[in-house]
Amino acid sequence: MNSNKNTMDMVKSGLAKRRRAEKRFRIYGLTAISLGLLFLVLLFSSIISKGYSAFLQTYIQLEIKIDEQLIDPNGTRLEETLSSANYAGLIKATLRSTFPEVKKRRAKRALYRLVSNGGSFILRDMVMENPELIGTTQTLWIPADDDVDMLMKGHIDRHAEEDNRRIKNNQIAWIDKFITENKIEKRFNTTFFTAGDSRDPELSGIWGAAVGSILTLVVTLLLSFPIGVATAVYLEEFAPKNRWTDLIEVNINNLAAVPSIVFGLLGLAVFINFFSLPRSAPLIGGLVLTLMTLPTIIIASRAALKSVPMSIREAALGVGASKMQTIFYHVLPLAMPGMLTGTIIGMAQALGETAPLLMIGMVAFIVDIPGSIFDPSTVLPVQIFLWADSPERAFVERTSAAIMVLLGFLIIMNALAVVLRKRFERRW
Amino acid sequence: MQTSLLIFTLLFLSAVAYYVGTKRSLAVANGEIKKLHSLPAFYGLYTALWCGIPALMILLLWTIFESTIITNIVISTLPDAIQNTEANRLTLIVNDIKNLVSGNIVSGEVNSDIQAAADHYQRLQKISDYALTVLVIVVAILLSTYSLRSIKIHKRARNAVEKTITVFLIICSSIAILTTIGIVLSVLFESIRFFQSVPVSEFLFGLEWSPQTAIRADQVGSSGAFGVVPLFAGTMLISFIAMLVAVPIGLMAAIYLSEYAGSRVRATAKPLLEILAGIPTVVYGFFAALTIAPYIRDTGEALGLSVASESALAAGFVMGIMIIPFVSSLSDDVINAVPQSLRDGAYGMGATRSETIRKVIFPAALPGIVGGVLLAASRAIGETMIVVMAAGLAANLTANPLEAVTTVTVQIVTLLTGDQEFDSPKTLAAFALGLVLFVVTLALNVVALHVVRKYREQYE
Repeated sequence: MNSNKNTMDMVKSGLAKRRRAEKRFRIYGLTAISLGLLFLVLLFSSIISKGYSAFLQTYIQLEIKIDEQLIDPNGTRLEETLSSANYAGLIKATLRSTFPEVKKRRAKRALYRLVSNGGSFILRDMVMENPELIGTTQTLWIPADDDVDMLMKGHIDRHAEEDNRRIKNNQIAWIDKFITENKIEKRFNTTFFTAGDSRDPELSGIWGAAVGSILTLVVTLLLSFPIGVATAVYLEEFAPKNRWTDLIEVNINNLAAVPSIVFGLLGLAVFINFFSLPRSAPLIGGLVLTLMTLPTIIIASRAALKSVPMSIREAALGVGASKMQTIFYHVLPLAMPGMLTGTIIGMAQALGETAPLLMIGMVAFIVDIPGSIFDPSTVLPVQIFLWADSPERAFVERTSAAIMVLLGFLIIMNALAVVLRKRFERRW
Repeated sequence: MQTSLLIFTLLFLSAVAYYVGTKRSLAVANGEIKKLHSLPAFYGLYTALWCGIPALMILLLWTIFESTIITNIVISTLPDAIQNTEANRLTLIVNDIKNLVSGNIVSGEVNSDIQAAADHYQRLQKISDYALTVLVIVVAILLSTYSLRSIKIHKRARNAVEKTITVFLIICSSIAILTTIGIVLSVLFESIRFFQSVPVSEFLFGLEWSPQTAIRADQVGSSGAFGVVPLFAGTMLISFIAMLVAVPIGLMAAIYLSEYAGSRVRATAKPLLEILAGIPTVVYGFFAALTIAPYIRDTGEALGLSVASESALAAGFVMGIMIIPFVSSLSDDVINAVPQSLRDGAYGMGATRSETIRKVIFPAALPGIVGGVLLAASRAIGETMIVVMAAGLAANLTANPLEAVTTVTVQIVTLLTGDQEFDSPKTLAAFALGLVLFVVTLALNVVALHVVRKYREQYE
C-alpha cells in the first residue's frame, strides 16, 4: 500500500512540470507555424510594397511645336526623311523654350535629362501616322525620365545632400515649376504591359518576356503532356515487371530530384552544341523544361490511373473490349482530371523556373517581342533576374511589379488545379 | 515547301486516308460490320498510320541531315585556297555563306567566290526542298494505297494499330532513361575534356578557386586555379544555415499540424505553408538580396559586427524559408504513417501528448524524417537562383556566416553565362562542377529514398 501511495505521489508531484512541458511543446509548434506564415506575409508584403508604384509612371506635359525646318526642311514628306528626322531635337527645343533662363551647356544637358529618350519615338510615330501635324503645336504627355519618376514617387529624398542624389537642385527647381503648373502627373503605366525590355526603366515592359514565357510553356505543354501520359499509361497498365521497367521507375524518381541547373547543362550540351538548335529560343527552353516537368506529370498521372478501380477495367474487358480499348475509352477519361491537375502543377513549376534557362542563353538583352518559337526571347523569371541585377533604382519597383505579375499567373494556375481537383474528384 | 506546311499536308492526307480506309472496310464487308475482324475505325486508323508515320520519319531525318549535307557539298565546291584554310576560318566562311543566303549581315567582305557559293547553297536548298516535298507526298500516297488494298475481311487491323500504339508508349517511357543518359554523357564528356587540362586530384582537393584563364600568356591575374574545396565549403555553409532554419520550423509545424491542430486549422495552415514551395526561386533570390541581406547587414553593423552585403547568412536564411514546406510535408506524411496503436498504447500508459510525440512517435518516424531532411538538403545544395542573386562570387574558405561565400551552382552560372569559347577550361569547368553536383545530389537522393522505403516496410 505504502509503495503504491508513493508512486501516486511521485506521479502527482511531477504532474505540474509535465503539464508545463506539454504547454511549452504546444507553443513551439504554434510558433513554428506562425513563423512560417509570417515569412509568407513578409515576402508578399515586401514585394507588394516595393512594386505597386511601378503601375504608375510620371508623365510631363510639353507643348511641342513640330517645326518643319527641323524634321522635314525640304517639305518632301518622304517616309525615309520622316522616320530618321531629329525628333529629340524638337523636344529639346521645347524644353529650352519652357525654361529660357537655362544657358550653360551642363545645365542644358541636365534639363534634357528630365524627359525620357522614348519621347522622340512617341513623337515620331505620331508624325509618321499623321504628317499633317507638321507645323502645328501639339500638347503631349511625354514619359519622364526614371530619376524624375523616382523623385515624384518619393524614392529619391529631395532633402538629401546634392552629391548623394541623382537629381540635382536645378532639376528639382524645374520639376517644381512643372508641379505648380500642373504639367506633371502620374498615370497608369501602360508601357509596362506592352513593351519589351529596355535599358531605360521608363520604357521597359514585361510583354516581351510574357510572350516568351507563353511560347516556352506552349512547347513544354505540347511535348510533356502526351509523353507524360503515355509513359504513365505504359508503366501502370502494360509494363511487365522486369529489369527494364524497374530501371525506368528508378530513373523517373531520380530525375524528379536532379537540380534544375543540371537540366540546363544538358540543354546546352545536347540541344545547342550537338544539334545546334538556335540559342535563346523558346523551342530549346521548352525542350529543357519538358524534360524537367516530365517526372512531375508522370508521377501525378500514375497516381490518377491507380485511383481508377479495377472493376471498371474488368467490366470493359468482360464485354469484349481489347486492353487498349479499355484503357483509351474507359480508364483514361476517368483518370484525366487527375492527370490535368498534375500537368497544371508541372506547368506552374516550369513557368517559375529560371536556372536552366540561364544556361541555354535566354538571359540575353532582347528588346523585340518574339514572334515564333525560333526567335531569341527571354521569359518572365529571367526578366526578373535581369532587372534585379540592374543598378537603376527604378528597376527595383519594376522587378517587384514583374514578380507580382508572375505570382499572379502562378496563383491562377494553382487555383485552377485546386478547382479541377475539387470538381472532378471522385471517391470510388 | 515549308516544313510546317508539309506537316499540315501530311495531317490532311492522313485524315483522308482514315476516311477512305473506313469506307473501304465497309465496302469489303458489304456493309456488314459483323463480318469484319476489327471495327471500321481501326481499318481507317491502319491506313492513316501507314500514310502518316513513314512520311513523317522521312521528313524528320531529312530536316536533321539536310543542312550538314548541303554545307558539305558547298564546301567541296569552294576553291581549294579557301578549302585549305584552317578549320576556324572555314566555319567562319560557311557562316558567312549561310548569312548571305538568309539575308543577314555578313561579317567579312563578300567576294565573288563566297557569292557563288551562296548561290550554290541556295540552289541546292531549293532542290532539296522540292525533292523532300515530292518524296514525302509520294511515300504517303503510295503506302496508303498499299494498305488500302490490303484491307480484307480477316485483316487484323486492330492488332496492328494497337501494336503501333504500344511501341509509341514504350518509346515515350524510355525518354526518362534517355534523359538520364543524356545528362550523364553531356556532363561526363565535357568533364573528361576538362580533366585533360586540370588533373582530377587538383580539382577535387585544391583549396583555391579562381577560374580566370589567360588569353595571352603574359596576362595579369590569370592564375587559373580550379580547386573545388572552397566552393563546396560555401555550398555546405549555406545549406547548413538553410537546414538550421528549415528543420526545426518544418518539423515542429508538421508535428503540430498532424497531432494537435483541428481539421479546420490544418485545412487552412497546410496549403498556406505550401504556397512557400510554389514561389519561384528567383523571387526568393530578389527577397534575399533586397530585403533580408540589407536588414542583416544593418543589424550586424548596429551590433558592431562587420557583415558582408552578400553574406552567407542571408542566402541561407531565405533558402531555409523555401525549404520549410518540403520538410514539413515530408515529415507530415511520415508522422501520419505511424500506426494509431502506438499512440493509444502511450496514452494508455498515462503519457501526455507531448511525451507520446517525443518518446514514441518521433523515434518511430525518425528514419522517415531523416530521409525527408536528406531530400531537403539535396534541394538546398542544388538550389541556384537564391545563391546567384544573394551570395557572393569570390571563393572564400571560411565558416563565418557573416562573410560572403560562393557555391557550386553560382560558379556554374557565372562560368556559362556570357560569351566565351566553348572549349576553354573555364567553360568546361562548369561541366565538371555540374558532374560533381549531379553525383552528390544523386547519392543523397538514393540514400534518402532507401531510408524512407526501408522504414515504410516496417509497418505495412
